[in-house]
Amino acid sequence: MTTLQLFLYAGAFILVLGVVATMLVRDLIRRLIALNVASGGVMLLLLALADRGDGEPDPVPQALVLTGIVVMAAVTGIAIVLARRVERLDDDLEEVEP
Amino acid sequence: MTASSLVLVPVFLPLVVGALSAVLSRRAAATLTVVAAAVTLVTAVLLGIAVLESGPVPLEVAGWAPPVGILLAADGLSVVMIGLSAVAVLAAALVAAADDHFAGGHAFWPLVGAAAAAVNGVFVARDVFTAFVLLELLTIASVALVALGGARSAAAALRYLFVAVTGSLFFLLAVALTYGHTGTVDLARAAERADDTVIVGAIIALTVVGMAAKTALFPLHSWLPVAHPAAPTAVSALLSALVIKASIVILWRVIEYLGPHTDIAAPLATVVGIAGAAAVLWGGILALRRDRLKSIIAYSTVAQVGYMVLLIPLVFAASDPQVAWVGGILITVAHGVAKAAMFLAAGALASAAGTSQLDGLEGTISRMPWTVAAIGLAGVSLAGLPPTLGFVGKWMLVQASLDAGAWWWLALLLGGGLLTFAYTARMVKATFNPPGDFSRARELTRPARTVTIVPLALAAVSVVLGVIPWLLIEVLSAAPMGGGA
Repeated sequence: MTTLQLFLYAGAFILVLGVVATMLVRDLIRRLIALNVASGGVMLLLLALADRGDGEPDPVPQALVLTGIVVMAAVTGIAIVLARRVERLDDDLEEVEP
Repeated sequence: MTASSLVLVPVFLPLVVGALSAVLSRRAAATLTVVAAAVTLVTAVLLGIAVLESGPVPLEVAGWAPPVGILLAADGLSVVMIGLSAVAVLAAALVAAADDHFAGGHAFWPLVGAAAAAVNGVFVARDVFTAFVLLELLTIASVALVALGGARSAAAALRYLFVAVTGSLFFLLAVALTYGHTGTVDLARAAERADDTVIVGAIIALTVVGMAAKTALFPLHSWLPVAHPAAPTAVSALLSALVIKASIVILWRVIEYLGPHTDIAAPLATVVGIAGAAAVLWGGILALRRDRLKSIIAYSTVAQVGYMVLLIPLVFAASDPQVAWVGGILITVAHGVAKAAMFLAAGALASAAGTSQLDGLEGTISRMPWTVAAIGLAGVSLAGLPPTLGFVGKWMLVQASLDAGAWWWLALLLGGGLLTFAYTARMVKATFNPPGDFSRARELTRPARTVTIVPLALAAVSVVLGVIPWLLIEVLSAAPMGGGA
């Protein structure tokens, strides 16, 4: 197995792992982390594709990954805010009905 | 200003207006948003004329040619969809300006600007990575818009976010495969270089899964009937009329360009068709069984998404794919206009009656006959009956099915129409007075005049476009599918 193949398989495996966890886990913060793990898998795959075999990496996939990371950071930010709102609402409900 | 720089207007104008709206007063933000939507509509018309005269209008952003720069281009599909986006934003902004309760707060204005910019950008994007980034901007703006619907909408918004971002990751993987295989993310170039049937098939399959999640195509639809009704009324209208169309357009584009380069595309298209058929039936049946206005309309969207993807198997099966292509786009535009009308009208009814429950709406027809009429007319267009745009689109899909010898799509198109008619009738019936008793109607307050006029005007647009659909058909046929830019 070449290094490239290793990275490709690892990326795909991490993506599947993350997506499955995102679907199965109930806790919101854990789900969010699973989603980030899944995105890590895709990024790994993209970075592996930057290998052109001559030692010099192809900058385009790297630029794509950077953009992808920025997008995921924004998504994570908004998800954390929403998760806090959901949990605050749940706490309020618990106080009303002990 | 040349025609090609016009391509930038629908993308950057709403973005600038949105940014300004964050710091302006509500009144100024509303005025600017309405003006921007009107300018976008005029731009769509001008671009449409340019497309009719000389085909797709390309633009290399900042003068940088691909592969270094980004190529945007407006073809028939882009122009028609930008027109739809302008109409939907205009309608939602007018209603939101008339009553802040329908907007959900000041954040509505900047978020609508961002969403409109992103959605228009997707319509003119020519490479999959630009499409991915804009789709993410759209997702973030839409999720935030859903969250404007009060404390309880946060859970719905978060659920929407998880599904939408998971869908994006699949699409990003498709983008990575496209680049890895062809060395470009530009769709036209990728189509020239694509030669491996398995990899291209994987790209299309990943795009189908990702976009199905984002568009709420059965069986990945369960977030939509939660998220769309949870949002404020103007947002619900925008989400159903416009936001789901962005991911559909990307799906169409990827299949349009890469579909001919793989043997797996035809079976995949059949799978998409079966999912669409299930969506039409399942969404329609569940819409019949809901008891809240907005929930019925949201399930109706789930059903209508089924029609929008039906063009994919038909394009592969019919001898003249152009008919299926144009018909599918028309049915999508018809859905956008009619669904915006329906959600805005339903919001007005629910706000006057103080409840969204069907059995609380008794007597609203006496106070708000025009609002109920808007729901009825919009339902006629969704059901695909003449003289509406929905009929024209459905008729072309019926022709394409006959052409392909696929009678089962025909049965589906007609059966789905009956379901649509049934749940629309149920909503209209709920607004009637109990026999001989008009007391309930007298208690209701009439909404602001704009809130009555806008849904009715949208319903009227469905009828006008249904009577004279030739303009849209001409523009859509001017840039034949697969031709691109």
